[in-house]
Amino acid sequence: MSAPAKPRCLTLRILRSAPGTHVEPEWQDFAIEEGEGMTLFIALNEIRQNLDPSLQFDFVCRAGICGSCGMLIDGRPGLACRTLTKDLGATITLAPLPVFELIGDLSVNTGKWMRGTAERLETWIHRQQQPELTALEAPMEPELAEAIYELDRCIECGCCVAGCGTLRMREDFVGAVGLNKITRFRLDPRDERSDEDFYELIGDDNGVFGCMSLLGCHDVCPKGLPLQTQIAFLRRKMAVVGFK
Amino acid sequence: MSAESGRGWVALPASPVCAPYRGDCCGLLIMNRSLEHQALAEPAALAPVEAPTRARGTTAAPARARKSRWPARLDMLQSASGLFLALFLVAHMFFVSSILISHDTFYTVARFFEAGRLFGTPQPWVVSCVVGAVLAVFVLHAWLAMRKFPASFRQYKVFAAHKAQLRHGDTGLWWIQLWTGFALFFLGSVHLYGMLTHPAAIGPYESADRIWTGSLWPLYLLLLFMVEVHGSIGLYRLALKWGWLEGRDPAAGRRRLRIVKTGFSLFFLGLGLVTLLAYVQLGIAHADRAGEPYVPGATPGEGASGVQAALNLRER
Repeated sequence: MSAPAKPRCLTLRILRSAPGTHVEPEWQDFAIEEGEGMTLFIALNEIRQNLDPSLQFDFVCRAGICGSCGMLIDGRPGLACRTLTKDLGATITLAPLPVFELIGDLSVNTGKWMRGTAERLETWIHRQQQPELTALEAPMEPELAEAIYELDRCIECGCCVAGCGTLRMREDFVGAVGLNKITRFRLDPRDERSDEDFYELIGDDNGVFGCMSLLGCHDVCPKGLPLQTQIAFLRRKMAVVGFK
Repeated sequence: MSAESGRGWVALPASPVCAPYRGDCCGLLIMNRSLEHQALAEPAALAPVEAPTRARGTTAAPARARKSRWPARLDMLQSASGLFLALFLVAHMFFVSSILISHDTFYTVARFFEAGRLFGTPQPWVVSCVVGAVLAVFVLHAWLAMRKFPASFRQYKVFAAHKAQLRHGDTGLWWIQLWTGFALFFLGSVHLYGMLTHPAAIGPYESADRIWTGSLWPLYLLLLFMVEVHGSIGLYRLALKWGWLEGRDPAAGRRRLRIVKTGFSLFFLGLGLVTLLAYVQLGIAHADRAGEPYVPGATPGEGASGVQAALNLRER
């Protein structure tokens, strides 16, 4: 029987920063021993618990549901809680997601950006009439409900935003997260907006026509959302409105 | 968030739709995962679904100014002009490579575009008209594509850093498309202007002399690489952009498109290089008689392939 392999010694090279303190951002290395089934989230907790309690990073659910622990992992956006260290090299670089307001170290304020996008795109159900709150809600076909849920699986982690070259160049671009939300509300029969109404929100070069189809969003989405097909679908629908 | 969006709508928060009973938050978690697994296991489930017919707020007149329809039209024009140019490129490559069959074949193709059968005698101005139309679409496409270029050094720097950091195939392809497109502004314009102003100078000897004695082969060599790479990436992106050829599994469809893109590039680069070599060899062999037009049946190389004819001429 062979002896168990010696665990790897991992070096986590983390971009440390503290906005508002006039301290220049710098890379700091932390050496930890790799554990079995270790995720980056666990590794970061190890560091915070044993090496540096001042390290800032966000987490809530630890299971890829809340979208809080998005960060640049070796330059690519991803969730710390869903990234196994065994899939990475011995030296792992971690940096905060770009675009979003930096809070400190790996912590960014995605909520503020997402809130702004939600308000800009009016991502809530629009109706002509106030609903009867006491009345039974109209039934919906299970297939349609599931299709809406499929798009509702977006956890607003910000990975698609950080992976989008268009958005990095043009900060006013709405990004895949916003376009996905529009397709979600477009599907919802309770939302009475027409394609012409949606065109008012995304029918320009900051909206769906600004997308250069680089598909970084699709390829880094930790939830595997069908962003490629949804954006193409929305582009076709909005293009039709362009000729009305 | 206000309840009124300012457009006559009553806004409601997007509460969960009528979905199967979930129980509690753990149930929600399980359902989300279950849907996720379903979506990943059945790619067809990822395809967009049309909502059933419904009353879309027809009575609500937006209070804000109607958004311009031009962004949609310009986007479609960019795609349509790119598609036209790519198809023209394919046809053009087959036309010019007819020299590989024989001098007479290329001569016949060249004269065909002068509409000799229609007018009785060859009319080079018809070629100028075709080239002029292509040039117009070329300029239109370049103008439309420029909207996507980095508009400042900051944007350029940010994108270059992003590309290097992300190491993502399609992001890298766009960068190649950007630079090949930039090069085509100049290389393509020179070629098209030459054809526009000298439409009669298309023929086995005429073209070979232009390429070799006229020292245009370096430009054509560069142009070949730029245009084939730009065109193949452009067609690939066009399909992704509009969701063409996705099939039931968009991920597999995208892999197929990448293979086709690479095959397209390699085939036309190979064909282009062999064709250019044939013209260069013919140009070398014909250098001492540069300017002499090709007349079918009047030359020793008649009926031979471009390469063979060049060798025959050289031996003489």
